[in-house]
Amino acid sequence: MSIEVNGKKVDWVENETVTQLLKRMRYIFPLVVVKIDDKVVLKKDFSEVVVPDNSKVAVIHMISGG
Amino acid sequence: MNVEKAERIKKKLKESSVGIAGLGGLGSNAAVALARAGIGRLVLVDFDKVEESNLTRQYYFIDQIGKNKVDALKENIEKINPKVKIEIINQKLLKGSMEEPFKDVDVVIESLDSAETKATFIEEILTKLPDKPIVAASGVAGYGHSDRIATKRLGKLYMCYDEDAHSSDDDVLMAPRVAIMANWEANLALEIILGEDK
Repeated sequence: MSIEVNGKKVDWVENETVTQLLKRMRYIFPLVVVKIDDKVVLKKDFSEVVVPDNSKVAVIHMISGG
Repeated sequence: MNVEKAERIKKKLKESSVGIAGLGGLGSNAAVALARAGIGRLVLVDFDKVEESNLTRQYYFIDQIGKNKVDALKENIEKINPKVKIEIINQKLLKGSMEEPFKDVDVVIESLDSAETKATFIEEILTKLPDKPIVAASGVAGYGHSDRIATKRLGKLYMCYDEDAHSSDDDVLMAPRVAIMANWEANLALEIILGEDK
């Protein structure tokens, strides 16, 4: 019963949404690209999409400058 | 020099295209690197004009201040490699249709400035053009710490990434680090087009 977030193994929590996971991981950056098992999760769906057990989550944050 | 390899690369690049979103420090330098390398076609998108403050790191000249960046960069590239076909789009990318200019290119380079626009752009390309490789950069500000930069790959997204860098809102943008990231992006685009250099 675990998931992988940015290469780190963490506990899986039943019915946890992407928003809740980001909060639990203390990823406070407002701007991120999130992929679950290589599928992009749209920002508008963060509060609805539930993170499945055994999934691999990748979180990338954007930093201004270009 | 490996003549056979050079010829193979030349032919492949000539028939390839790259779209560049944003012609600031990242985009202008990446475009010039790709033009020198021999890319066949570039699609250049920006809505800004060249300002004096841009000259600290962007590929423009004093006598181009006030010109549209798309026109100025086209001029500069034509002086380096007139064989590159250049399409310019002088407009702001708007949420909802950001992928439009890039439907027809082999690789997209994200070289926008604000974190929010970057995230929105990447999300639109990944969802609306799911087969399109996109190269993006995050964490260009400051100086030094070249070794913190790494490539992070997530499916079709290739991030040139320094997660410990500060936002440019609270830091400085300087030519060396911006150019490293810009050339890193161009180098990734070449690798995607040509395959791994073995």
